[in-house]
Amino acid sequence: MALIFRRKTVYQILFAASFTFLALLTSYARAQTVLLNVSYDPTRELYRDINKAFLAQRAAEKKPPVVIRDSHGGSGAQARAVIDGLDADVVTLALSADIDAIAQRSQRVAADWQSRLPNKAVPFSSTIVFLVRAGNPKGIKDWDDLAKPGVAVVTPNPKTSGGARWNYLAAWGYAEKKFSGDDAKIRDFVGRIYKNAPVLDSGARGSTVSFAQRGVGDVLIAWENEAYLADIEFGKGKFEIVTPSISIRAETPVAVVDANVDRKGTRDVAEAYLNFLWSDTAQAIAAKNYYRPVKPEAAAASDLARFPKLELLTIDGDFGGWAKAQATHFGDKGIFDQIYQPSR
Amino acid sequence: MSDTLVNATHGDRQRVAPARAKTHSRRHTPVTGEGPWARRLLIALAIAFLALFLLMPLIVVFTEALRAGFGAFFDALAEPDALAAVRLTLMVAAIAVPLNLVFGIAAAWAIAKFEFPGKSFLVTLIDLPFSVSPVVAGLVYVLLFGAQGLFGPWLQSVGFQVIFAVPGIVLATVFVTFPFVARELIPLMEEQGTGDEEVAMTLGASGLQTFLRVTLPNIRFALLYGVLLCNARAMGEFGAVAVVSGRIRGFTTTMPLHVEILYNEYNSVAAFAVASLLALLALVTLAAKAYLESRYGDALASRTPR
Repeated sequence: MALIFRRKTVYQILFAASFTFLALLTSYARAQTVLLNVSYDPTRELYRDINKAFLAQRAAEKKPPVVIRDSHGGSGAQARAVIDGLDADVVTLALSADIDAIAQRSQRVAADWQSRLPNKAVPFSSTIVFLVRAGNPKGIKDWDDLAKPGVAVVTPNPKTSGGARWNYLAAWGYAEKKFSGDDAKIRDFVGRIYKNAPVLDSGARGSTVSFAQRGVGDVLIAWENEAYLADIEFGKGKFEIVTPSISIRAETPVAVVDANVDRKGTRDVAEAYLNFLWSDTAQAIAAKNYYRPVKPEAAAASDLARFPKLELLTIDGDFGGWAKAQATHFGDKGIFDQIYQPSR
Repeated sequence: MSDTLVNATHGDRQRVAPARAKTHSRRHTPVTGEGPWARRLLIALAIAFLALFLLMPLIVVFTEALRAGFGAFFDALAEPDALAAVRLTLMVAAIAVPLNLVFGIAAAWAIAKFEFPGKSFLVTLIDLPFSVSPVVAGLVYVLLFGAQGLFGPWLQSVGFQVIFAVPGIVLATVFVTFPFVARELIPLMEEQGTGDEEVAMTLGASGLQTFLRVTLPNIRFALLYGVLLCNARAMGEFGAVAVVSGRIRGFTTTMPLHVEILYNEYNSVAAFAVASLLALLALVTLAAKAYLESRYGDALASRTPR
């Protein structure tokens, strides 16, 4: 029996294969400054717009072009990936505790990261609102209605999701005001809300998909920007946004990952990118994407008018900062572990 | 999964044949005889099950992908991130499959043609990727090559990124697809024995000549079959790749990961367009597999008749 293939054919195949391989390899190795932004789940649409504006500005200033890459996932999971070596130039996460985790566990971010940018490194914030089904069949108006029996609440797991921690703290803050600091009553109230949760997804986007696409639950506790986005994506009139009387200012901070930018020599671009977030252009884009800008004067009045006025608690003013809130509420055997027992 | 299905139908065919032969003598109850109604009911049940759980999802993928028309379908596929995902998937397969082809032949050859201590341990080791969860496979590489891992600091110092980059994705894919070629070859080569090779050697062929002109032709179709399966899994792998990918859009997202990202962005037409490409790949693999089986079934199962 002859060889499996003719020798000439074999050489031809080998040549073609190695050529394709090299072509593919070189297409990846093209020398160009690449900036990697590691962000949390719901910011995909926001940073797509911001990247476009940033590149346009650089082009207008005749600076060399850069390629911006994005990675999105649960805020905690993304921080974990950066600690494990995901080569991020900048991190734009859902809460400062996650950037603190990177700073402490890997020393890739300098410990003073929050003081290096204006406004404690928070370019825009959001808050927590409710999304209910059209006509609000369960008559949900405020946090009290979420603790009532028979209301199915959709919220992600505070252990893995940054947004979920804001959700939890907003509920806690409301209860603290309502029961004027009576710890047992507060725990009972927040515990009843989580008893109403049929499932805890691992990330904010997962919860939104559960609620909006799969039809789980009566009310979704969500980022304000995520609620508006879902409202648009799934067609007006399918959902309603309900703003509670009290919520929390969800501050989403940003930082340059020092160790990575110094190794790659991308510090200039990374810092320019983050500074750009405070520019009038980026602030207006943020407002357009339903994030509350720190410089409202830069945003369009019509965009700002969409944000309802409500009482906003702050993490530093009302919960003693993230380090404390994280340890008390979300640490191992913290209050969340004590009040939440998944129903079997 | 497809493997067991094929085996099951083979088994059925063998079982059904004698049963039919015995229906001549109506009065005698056949050994494996069920009443005609029971038989029909069982067949109907099986077909209904297949239609519901295999055929319908497949149809749904394509209808969802084409919901907004062919224009939107092709737009979704021509999008740069989708193209990058396709290119990355092809590249990963182009590296992982040849590697496993070489490793698989080497392992199967050693196991089938030689006796050595620790042989059964090697066989078990080859099966390991089948039994380990892909998530664990991915995490193992994070622990080895991640920044906090065993080789992480050293890799960082020489400036080579493994995890959250293409090399990590290739490694994870090689790991999960390792057994396909070897598993396909070992039983065949064991059955073929070493007779042909001994004859070739006696007639004065060198080791390499024997391998190229005797061993390789004997296993070529089983090899092709293994490569097909290996390729299908390499392109479709999600779990292990998801752990080591870092989800950088247009750079470390393979097609299965890109499907998930698009779905989470409420872009279900694009998600299912990419998913339909993967489904198409599966169908092509199945067709090639069926063709090989019908045409070269003997060569796949046992030695080639001369």
